[in-house]
Amino acid sequence: MQHLTLKELQKKLRGGETTAVEAAQKVFTQIQKHEPVVKAYLQTFEKDALEQAQKADELLRSTNGAAADKQPLLGIPLAIKDNMNLLNTETTCASKILKGYISPYTATAVQKLQAAGAVIVGKTNLDEFAMGSSTENSAFQQTTNPWDRARVPGGSSGGAAAAVAADECFGCLGSDTGGSIRQPASFCGVVGLKPTYGLVSRYGLVAFASSLDQIGPLAKTVADAALILNVIAGYDEQDSTSVKQPVKDYTEFLDRDIKGQKIAVIKELLGDGIDDAVRQTIQTALDGLRKQGAIIEEIAMPSFKYALAAYYLVATSEASANLARFDGVRFGHRSKNARDMLELFKKSRAEGFGAEVKRRIMLGTYALSAGYYDAYYLKAQKVRTVIKQDYNKAFARYDAVLSPTSPSVAFKFGEKVNDPLSMYLSDIATIPVNLAGLPGISVPCGTAGDAVSGTVGDAVSGATGGLPVGLQLVAGEFAEQKLLQIAAAVERGSRFERIRL
Amino acid sequence: MTEYEAVIGLEIHTHLKTRSKMFCACSTEFGKQPNSSACPVCTGQPGALPVLNQEAVNLAIRCGLALNCTINKKSVFARKNYFYPDLPKGYQISQFDLPVTSNGFVNIQLPDGAEKRIGITRAHLEEDAGKLVHQGAEGIEGATASHVDLNRSSVPLLEIVSEPDIRSAEEARAYLDKIKSILQFAGVSDANMEEGKLRCDANVSIRPAGQKEFGVKVEIKNMNSFRAVERAIKIEIERQKQVLTTGQTVAQETRSYDEAAGRTVSMRSKEESHDYRYFPEPDLLPLLIDDAWIDRVKKELPELAEQRIRRYQDEHGISAYDARVLTLDKAVSDFFDAAAKLYAGDKKSIVNWLTTDVLGYLKTENLELSQTKLTPENLVEMLGLIDNQTISGKIGKELIVQILKTGASARQLVETSGRRQITDESTLQKIVQEVLAANPQQLAQYRSGKTALKGYFVGETMKKTKGQAAPQLVNQILDRLLKI
Repeated sequence: MQHLTLKELQKKLRGGETTAVEAAQKVFTQIQKHEPVVKAYLQTFEKDALEQAQKADELLRSTNGAAADKQPLLGIPLAIKDNMNLLNTETTCASKILKGYISPYTATAVQKLQAAGAVIVGKTNLDEFAMGSSTENSAFQQTTNPWDRARVPGGSSGGAAAAVAADECFGCLGSDTGGSIRQPASFCGVVGLKPTYGLVSRYGLVAFASSLDQIGPLAKTVADAALILNVIAGYDEQDSTSVKQPVKDYTEFLDRDIKGQKIAVIKELLGDGIDDAVRQTIQTALDGLRKQGAIIEEIAMPSFKYALAAYYLVATSEASANLARFDGVRFGHRSKNARDMLELFKKSRAEGFGAEVKRRIMLGTYALSAGYYDAYYLKAQKVRTVIKQDYNKAFARYDAVLSPTSPSVAFKFGEKVNDPLSMYLSDIATIPVNLAGLPGISVPCGTAGDAVSGTVGDAVSGATGGLPVGLQLVAGEFAEQKLLQIAAAVERGSRFERIRL
Repeated sequence: MTEYEAVIGLEIHTHLKTRSKMFCACSTEFGKQPNSSACPVCTGQPGALPVLNQEAVNLAIRCGLALNCTINKKSVFARKNYFYPDLPKGYQISQFDLPVTSNGFVNIQLPDGAEKRIGITRAHLEEDAGKLVHQGAEGIEGATASHVDLNRSSVPLLEIVSEPDIRSAEEARAYLDKIKSILQFAGVSDANMEEGKLRCDANVSIRPAGQKEFGVKVEIKNMNSFRAVERAIKIEIERQKQVLTTGQTVAQETRSYDEAAGRTVSMRSKEESHDYRYFPEPDLLPLLIDDAWIDRVKKELPELAEQRIRRYQDEHGISAYDARVLTLDKAVSDFFDAAAKLYAGDKKSIVNWLTTDVLGYLKTENLELSQTKLTPENLVEMLGLIDNQTISGKIGKELIVQILKTGASARQLVETSGRRQITDESTLQKIVQEVLAANPQQLAQYRSGKTALKGYFVGETMKKTKGQAAPQLVNQILDRLLKI
């Protein structure tokens, strides 16, 4: 049962073939069984979840399943990344500075899940304040990749991706600032969607970089991601940057063929710096798309070479301000060794933040400093404009652009954590999408070196063979329907199979 | 000795009269239980986001119009970054390079009656910080404990920045008075300093008279009343003159005004000044204001001080000077309008009583009109008693102070004190005759041509009657008796 997709479970619940309580119980059994190794969750809410599941069952029973028309996620066990507020639960962002912080309110996207009947089973691990690409920056635990426990799950939504891959939930909300949904989805062989900036409310998502952050689903399939997006998308008056858009059914185009659809492959993201195994898997997936009638062409995106630099200026600048509220005054960690106000600020922050967070705060503070603003922050904003223009040119001719989600498959623990630059480079393909505010999705399109697929699920494999490869599609602003349509075609055309723990 | 000229610019922070805060729905009401007006947004909880209060924008536009500013079609909010326990987010949402209004002016009256134009650089929107309450010390330094009240956090403010057009402490005061009047008349702010709804910092420099370049600028903070602003500027100008005449140079710094000690004290040097690292607020879209919005605000704009000044001159024949004095404080002007409706006589007499006795009293007692018991009704009642000669104007001057203090009715005061005017001719004639008889020398001088001595006899008669003699009647009787 826990191996079902969200869509399959939805059908069974509605048809009375199973119950929400059973689904929740199966999920918690799976959690108990695999969490000692996977460590995807920072906390779980078994008691509350089962109570909610019971209520969902009563509703389903009394309405003969019709309640699910109004509440499409009724009784479905889902998780959320632990940087989203949920009333009266601890929200830590995997940081010591927020240890013990109890949310006084619920994030809009989470509230929408609840209103749609979803059962929230727990909050998943992440890189501290969503800063990282391996979830190794969590202050509390190391989440392992369900495909290979010696490898990272990616990040920063590593807990979310691992939980979905390990069938410890039927979907999870993640957040994506530079690839934090898509890259872990790619590493763990699940689907990860970052919607257009402004499609999903950020209210209640603890901000990392406000102009880049976006909440989106991590799911077992493209259809599941679409079902969750249906619930969380939409204007929210509490988020001024959310966009007034007519509500769409994102599942509408999923079964349509892609005959004649024009897809551009980004030349720069299939060349140097991309692992051979990844490139080969992507090439195979491209053949699959061609077979389905898509027209594949190659384009250049010359502005991408500035994307990483621009990203690390914009994101860190915004982060330096966003994280200023963690000062030990009102909530979170307060140093016990402070003798005066300045020491209170300094020591609380020194003790509470981890190394990567400090690194980014310092970088951002520097970039915004008097005399440097024009050369760094302003210049980076100009790069954003150029990247957007490059994308716009592409979307004038193509329905979507395509690349690997990440230059490599999941890497090993410790492999990059002491080399920030190489860690930053693992987001090279995903970062331009956030800078341009566009929707992007990572879909598993196969496993690396399919010849050695015998290693799938192997506990401590050394080779990269058999590890999932994510294919990234990017579409124009608010073109999520089209994006999901093509993603579904990738899914149909690939030989990928989800792992079963 | 070198003559120096002062160059002054003022930064005025004023609370906008909105019901809810700048970025959330919490109440702006003053004086509530600490931290009772607080929510995830204004306490800076992780993940909370600001939503702009449209009414704050309306008031900013309204103020911009009243200050003859350009209303900018596009303005941008920016984060001003600094750490302080009363600042929940660790940054203040303000405006930086693109303010909502800019390039305005106001005209102030100089002591010689001439008008002077003071330029307004900009007026921008920002949020207020919370309030700290310390135990064991005045400030956070040395306090045994400090408490944060976030009721004021995120209350909307407008910061009005003047051009360095002000040349003296008196001009600064006149400018402040003018701005306060404009804010009140436009219904933008109560502009009251006691509740912290108006705060002012001053930038002061001096330069040798005739020199074009500005001198080194010093920012003065912690001035808690209009009078304090005037005094602090005066003191700072003198200090800078002292520094320069002793061959030293003025340091660019921020100084704090110490009212008790009557001096300014260095707070921080230029090197220690904050780098606020402004950057555009990514949680808010640029503020776009179209002509239709501006027109809507224009239509709602109440009668401003300048319009009242014209009306007072046209309708009541009040002098331009008096009309200006009346409209310095909206409460006074509103009081006049109410009294004028009740009073059938010449409105100028209301003006006289308000501008001399009432305002004089407020000034010496350092009070606002609303802090007295005077009402348009009890003032008009007293004027009626003067008009029907029940009391003299002189008695009125005594009564008005009592009315201001107690709100008593003038009629009752007259009755209980017996200070009714003597209007009976025969009684008064007898008294005047006694006065003339008691002053034979002066009478002789008068008769030999020193007619100015008539005033002396009037005075003596008033003295003898303790001011109760009807002055007109005394004059008539004197004229008659002195002819003989």
